[in-house]
Formats: sequence, C-alpha cells, structure tokens
Amino acid sequence: MGISVQDVSKQFGSFQALDQVSLDIKSGSLVALLGPSGSGKSTLLRLIAGLEMPDSGKIWLTGEDATHRGVQERNIGFVFQHYALFKHLSVRKNIAFGLEIRKASARHVKTRVDELLELVQLTGLGDRYPSQLSGGQRQRVALARALAVEPQVLLLDEPFGALDAKVRKDLRAWLRQLHDEVHVTTVFVTHDQEEAMEVSDELVVMNKGKVEQIGTPANIYDHPATAFVMSFIGPVNVLPSSSNIFQNNGFDSAHPEMFLRPQDVVIDTSPNGNTVEARVSRLIHLGWEVQAELSLDDGQVVTAHLTRDRFDELRLVPEQRVYIKPKDAKSFPLYYSI
Amino acid sequence: MKRGWAKCLDIEQPLILGEQTEMSTIAPSPRLVKRADAKRKSWVPTLLIGITIVYLGLVLYIPAANVFYQAFKNGIGPFIENLTQPNFIQAVRLTVMLAAIAVPLNTIFGLCTAWALARRQFRGRSFMLSLIDLPFAISPVVAGLMLVLLYGRQGWFGDVLQSNNIRIIFAFPGMVLATMFVSMPFVAREVIPVLEEAGADQEEAAQTLGANGWQTFWRVTLPSIRWGLLYGLILTNARAMGEFGAVSVVSGNLSGKTQSLPLYVEEAYKQYETEAAYSAAVLLALLAVVTLVLKEIMERKTRIKEVE
Repeated sequence: MGISVQDVSKQFGSFQALDQVSLDIKSGSLVALLGPSGSGKSTLLRLIAGLEMPDSGKIWLTGEDATHRGVQERNIGFVFQHYALFKHLSVRKNIAFGLEIRKASARHVKTRVDELLELVQLTGLGDRYPSQLSGGQRQRVALARALAVEPQVLLLDEPFGALDAKVRKDLRAWLRQLHDEVHVTTVFVTHDQEEAMEVSDELVVMNKGKVEQIGTPANIYDHPATAFVMSFIGPVNVLPSSSNIFQNNGFDSAHPEMFLRPQDVVIDTSPNGNTVEARVSRLIHLGWEVQAELSLDDGQVVTAHLTRDRFDELRLVPEQRVYIKPKDAKSFPLYYSI
Repeated sequence: MKRGWAKCLDIEQPLILGEQTEMSTIAPSPRLVKRADAKRKSWVPTLLIGITIVYLGLVLYIPAANVFYQAFKNGIGPFIENLTQPNFIQAVRLTVMLAAIAVPLNTIFGLCTAWALARRQFRGRSFMLSLIDLPFAISPVVAGLMLVLLYGRQGWFGDVLQSNNIRIIFAFPGMVLATMFVSMPFVAREVIPVLEEAGADQEEAAQTLGANGWQTFWRVTLPSIRWGLLYGLILTNARAMGEFGAVSVVSGNLSGKTQSLPLYVEEAYKQYETEAAYSAAVLLALLAVVTLVLKEIMERKTRIKEVE
C-alpha cells in the first residue's frame, strides 16, 4: 500500500476540516482528491505531507506509520499551487536544492539535474531565474524539484489552478504521461472534475471534511453514491419525483427529488410510448453538442444535451413542441446542495 | 448543478468580449481629455511645488547646509584640529561601541519577533504588533527616565545592583540599554511586511525537500528578506548613533567618559566651542547622508526585484 489514512480528523478553530477520514492509495497509482473549496481536500494532502499534524488518526506511508514523522523525514515531493519556487535561485539551483540538502556529490547533482531538466522539457533554461519563466514552465520546475529527491509519494496541491486554460490542458496530459514514465505514487488535489477525470486512475470525492465516494472516474460517473457526487461530477437536472416525466416511465422513488443527466433526456418530435410533452424554450449551440432548454407543461424546466447529428436530424427550432422521456435517472436518500 | 451550466455558458463569452474591444476603440481616449484639463489648471502643481521647496529649504536644506558652512568657515585646519581632540575621539569610540552592541542584538530580536508575528497565529498577536512600536510612540526622554527609575539608585533594582557593585545608570550599560530601547522596532518593522508578502510557501517547500529549520532559515528565509533586513539594519544603526534624548538622561554626560557623539555636540555648543560642535555635527550629518544613499540603493534594488 502506498498511502494509508486511518480515521484522521483535523480541526482549525471551530472549523472541522476533516472528520474521521479513511483512505487507501495503491502504490504507483495516480489519485485525484476532488471537491469544492472547504471540502478538506487540501488539508488531507498537507496532512499526508506532514505540513499539518492530525488531531487524531494515523497516516501510513509505504507500510510504515508516519503519523509522528516530521515533513523532512517523510520523503515526499510536494508541488504547491503557486509553485513556491525559490525566487533567489536559478532553475538548476532550485532543482538541486533537495540533493544539496542531502549532501549529494557535485557530479551526481549535475547529472540528476540535467536528467530532470530533460524530463520536464526545460533543457537549456537551467540558468534562468523563476521570474523569467512562464507559469507553465515554473510549474514544471516545481515538479522537477519535487522529483529530484526520488520521493516515495508525489503530492500536488491544485497544481494547475493558477494557469490559463490552454496551458492547463497541456500540462494535464503531460502530467499523465510523466506519471506513466516515473510511476511514483501520486496524489493531486483539484476542484475541477474534468481535470480529475482526465488525469487520474482513481477519484476521491470529498465534501465537508468527509469522503463521499472513491472509485475510477467511469465508475463514479455511472454510479454516483450520493446526491452530492452526482451533482458535483457533471451537469444534472434536479426535478421532483412526482413529475410526469418520471411517473409515466416507471422511475418511482421514495425520495422527493430525481437526478437526471442532460444527455439522458431522449427527445422526439412525435409522441412515442410514454413520452411527455414539452416546449423548446431555448437552444444553445456548444459546437459538438446542442443544449436545449425544455419547458414541461407542469412548469419544470429540463436541460438536455443532444449530439449535433441528432439535432440536425430533429431540426429543432425554438417554441417547437417536442416529446421527451428519461433514459436513466437516479435518486438519493439525502440531497446536499453545493 | 450550477457548475455544469456555467461551464457551458462560458463558451459564449468570447463574443461579448469582442464587442467590448470594438467599443473602446471608437470612444475618445480618456487620456486626451485629462491632458486638456491639466493645461487649464497648470498653476496648481507649480504653486504646490513652490510651497514644498520653500518649506523644505527653511526647515531642512538651509540648516543642513549651514552645518557644513560653519564647520569649514575657517578652512580645513581648525576642522581637523577639532576632530583630533581626545574628548571627541572618545565620543566617537563610545558611539561606535553603542551601535556595535545595540545593532546586532536588535537585529536578532527583530528577526525572531518578525518571524513569530508573520508566521504564527497566537493570542495577543495584534497587541504585540502594536507593542513593538512603543519606542516610536514614547518620547526618548521618558524612555531614559524609565531606565533610571528601574536601575537608578532609588530604582526597583537599585539596592540589588548597588550591593553587587554594578553601575548601570550614569555608565556605559545604561547607555546601551537606552540605545537598544529607542532603536528596537526598525528591523522587525521592516522585515514583517517582507515576510508576510513572501508567504510560508517557499519555507514549506524547503522542508518538503528535507531542509531542517536552520537550513530553511539560511537558504530560503534569509535570502528572501535580505533587502528588508538590510534596510532595517541601516535605520537601526542611524538611530543608535544619532540618539540624544534617552542616552542623555541615563549617561550623566561625563565628558570623555559617558559622552556619545550627539551629547558631545550639545556640550561643545553650550561651552561656546561652536566650531567643535559643528565639526562633530558634520560627522553625524555625513552618517545621515551615507544612510540615505544606502537606503536609496536598497529601495531601488527592492523595486527591481518587485518588477521582476
């Protein structure tokens, strides 16, 4: 086991940041801690790193109890959201920092730094200072610096949060690729579900200091365990269970609300079995998809996503009458709002 | 639920932005309007600059220039003669010693305080923050008096000190204490904002890379606060060497014994040795000039760092 967290709690003043959290992370895997701000994901990462100490519970790293070990002795690599590069040191010196602390020989330091510069595709920029690099380059230096000491686990706190959209996308793919080369157990924190699903082997969805669900991206998307997970991972319609759209189609539930994904709304131009009638109130073109806002006769508004092909086939226009039914819908015992 | 929709809607934004940029090119440039305004009211800045120059001239420049004029009125010979008097040399030695003790001690204290206040949250933090400024707020004479009331013959520790034959007031140790008191806040005051701005990120990064507290301080914290610290040092030194009030209360002003440079200036002037007074004053003024030049260099370096 790479990392094991057992019943860990952490409080800041009166704020319960983490509440009895347990978690196992396989060695060599790439795991995303996903949740809204205040969900405790960053706190959990800092506890694993040893930058914070838990109020109760235990943290195991590679089979050893590390709860009371200082951050220096945990042999972790940590990448901060705002890079935290040493501003007064060159890129080379930044990357070499951990090795020099460990009193590595000058020759070893040089070869290792060269290796890492190549790995993060910054060969030739070793003599620059952090202020002379772009955001994406800085984050890659931060990664190289963390990897230099060959850590047992690599921890990344919102690593792409401060970058613009295009660079973020590139770096995500690059991080995934890097992990496939280096194979170090990696945990990264993000609030972006798309990012989490794209990069990680496994997702840990957190909310209000607790773990809501752990699983592969596909598993969590298809089988959300709670209302929170369902509404946090991807867009969703929340409608009363009593609505005709569910009643006519056998989606009955003891719970007052049903969750319906926009792509699970089936649209037709003529009545078909158990469909209910709706009016197209708005159409939004998203390129590869069309988003249709549909008003039901009982006043509910349903948002549907349909592919461009299907849209062209139906030739939808605003104010048109259509007939819809749900392909799939879910309900949960408790509904959390976000 | 809102997240998902918001993301979809984002895609529309470029269109709106495009419209805005077009609009702004059509609208008249606000800068042009302002320049026309400035022409109409151009006598205001002139008047303000004039007032400032007259004011600074009367209060600052003319008195300062006069010091140099008076010192060199009879040529360089008398000036040098004044600077070689034994009492003067002793005053310079004392002043240098005061600074040599007060500056390092206040630097260490200032660094510790700055770190504690910038990096730790604890009860009474803001109270301590304002307490550091106490030496700024208290009149130096009062500061000196406080020391006399504590360590003087009639003071709280008076009996203990006397029975152990230790002299603090009217002696060098008292002068050191007074100097330390008045020059205490500068380092902490200069370093706290720099530490706060740098954040704890770099220090935490050093720790994750295996650096212990000492290594983190020398390799990461100190380099990132070096300009603020140096600036604080310069100001501390200037205050330590220039202090009159507090030191004068506790020193007893014994010429050739407990007389620092500012005290020497005052005494010489009172004894109608105007030239000696002005010669010593020139030395103190030169210290101020050097301080200001160094401060300017520091600030320029810091500014360059910030631009980077």
